[in-house]
Amino acid sequence: MTHGKEPITEIRLRTENGATALQQSAFRDGISLHETIFRFIPAGKAIYLLPIALFFFSLFFGRYMMDPVETFRILTFGTANALLDGASFLLSALSGHQVLLPSFEQTWGASEHTVIFQIRLPRVIAAMLVGGGLSIAGASFQGLFRNPLVSPDILGVSAGAGFGAAIGILLSGNPTIIQISAFFFGILAVAVAYAIGRIYRNSSTLILVLAGIIVGSLFSALLSLSKYVADPYDTLPAIVFWLMGSLSTVSSADVIAIAPPILLGSLCLFLVRWRINLLSVGEEEAQALGLDTKKMTVAIIVASTIVTASAVCISGIVGWVGLVVPHIGRMLVGPDFRRLIPASAVLGASFLLVVDDIARTLAAIEIPLGILTALIGAPFFAYLLAQKKVGWT
Amino acid sequence: MILNVEGASFSYDGVTKQFEDISFSLGRGEVLSLLGRNGTGKSTLIRCILNVITPQCGKVEINGRRITGMRPDEIAREVGYVPQVHHAAFPFTAFDFALMGRAPHIAIFSVPDEIDCEKVEEAFTRIGISHLRDKCISEMSGGESQMVMIARALAQEPSVLILDEPTSHLDIGNQMKVIATIDQLAADGIAILMSTHFPDHGFMISHSVAILEDGRLIAKGPAEDVITKENLLEAYGIDVCIRYIEEANRMVCIPICPYTCRGRERT
Repeated sequence: MTHGKEPITEIRLRTENGATALQQSAFRDGISLHETIFRFIPAGKAIYLLPIALFFFSLFFGRYMMDPVETFRILTFGTANALLDGASFLLSALSGHQVLLPSFEQTWGASEHTVIFQIRLPRVIAAMLVGGGLSIAGASFQGLFRNPLVSPDILGVSAGAGFGAAIGILLSGNPTIIQISAFFFGILAVAVAYAIGRIYRNSSTLILVLAGIIVGSLFSALLSLSKYVADPYDTLPAIVFWLMGSLSTVSSADVIAIAPPILLGSLCLFLVRWRINLLSVGEEEAQALGLDTKKMTVAIIVASTIVTASAVCISGIVGWVGLVVPHIGRMLVGPDFRRLIPASAVLGASFLLVVDDIARTLAAIEIPLGILTALIGAPFFAYLLAQKKVGWT
Repeated sequence: MILNVEGASFSYDGVTKQFEDISFSLGRGEVLSLLGRNGTGKSTLIRCILNVITPQCGKVEINGRRITGMRPDEIAREVGYVPQVHHAAFPFTAFDFALMGRAPHIAIFSVPDEIDCEKVEEAFTRIGISHLRDKCISEMSGGESQMVMIARALAQEPSVLILDEPTSHLDIGNQMKVIATIDQLAADGIAILMSTHFPDHGFMISHSVAILEDGRLIAKGPAEDVITKENLLEAYGIDVCIRYIEEANRMVCIPICPYTCRGRERT
């Protein structure tokens, strides 16, 4: 009898305290705060405005603060002028005569022009390309390996690129050579991992993961070796800074070099996005559903690796983005890769843009990106786990 | 004949044969139950028919075409496959999950359109699971996820449906539900091959039963001829009792426990 009475008194106590009762009922319906917010704003659509807003914000925001309207004016007229100049040049070259198209009068100072077009614009675009690219690659790999804890460097691309950059720094120090070396060794690492995975005839993705671990540790060891032999006053700090990741030295030329491979690789992954669903339910089931799983696996690995290697070669190692962003995406739009791939791209671009804004403004010196992404990404991921809103199992 | 298997043999390592010289065929609306011990090669045989692996000898034909010469999507348009159990990595809704069955009808760079969605709705209505439409597969009971996997296979619009032990993880209520669904699909003209551990399924819905033992089909034919004391002793190593039960209006097959189980002593 006493056992039966206990819950009743408990309920009575709670109803006396209005706040607790309210909280209780909210919990019973299973509605948490962000779910209520999402009910009024369709988050799946709203996220596509995020990178556009952040793009403009990042252009005027910084240590050298600019007027938003003025920034917008400089950006539009400056871009228009650049296009008109280009057109004049092209027309002159084609017709053989000097053709001069009219252009807008430059009413803004040279320093503003430099800040926007030479410094911030390349950096902002690079942050968006790197963040979006890493997130698309991460989401695709999570589907391919049927595991939500996978990040784009599972097949060793980061370890390879890190070693490549170290070699570049040791041998020449020329930024272009460092980038090319990082890109090359990133691709090489994945190629070796894939080759090891192919030893087994019916190579499953598990073997690939193991091969990735093997290659990853191999290149980490080589990286340690190159750090060990590096000059502790000159090249060693350069290697260490490269490994922590930064966009502070990005130039327009860098952006022009990495934009095509990142956009092309991302486009491939975007086009096959619905097929990634099939891979994510298991290789055998995917085959029974008519998917050529071997070809699709290779296609996804090649596309993701090109994207990741291109991103890493200008930014250095930026962890966490490719792991955390797809989870945020899954939280907002669900597990279907049809929506998850584009959502990951815009969220990743926005995430790295914000992180890079913090990196260049928070302290007097630049904070390395890899440190910030982990500092922000890790607690956020823990929060998602605690909320059980990670979108799997 | 829709499905035709002739003299198929398969071995993983080239030494021990998983199965040898398997031949059978399956016509429109026929149900074939495949019985046999654990590990006797039932699942391997199914993998051969799905062209996941290729038999070393013999051939598998679907609607008169050899599957080794067919592209994966061509096979998937003819053969639907329902695996034993699905391990969900991501919480797809039942609808999105079943929509994947449309894959062989969709071009590689495309996504499903209205018609594909309609076909999936049809498949859901056909087996009576429209209420599961928006439920996550990761939150489903075994019976529910089995039905969703059948719906996914139906969305492929196959002429053959292959089910790998469709009732193994289910309670008896859900077992009967799945069996009734299979029977209904066969009545609609789909050829059905299912592996099973319950000889009773043969009596309930099968037109023919085959028993796989030690890599060979030791018996093949109508359920009444195949499910016999001798055959089941050979296949499973136990005695069974096969009787006609009036209330059930069919034959039943129950195992006689060879070990002294304490439950018998009480009466």
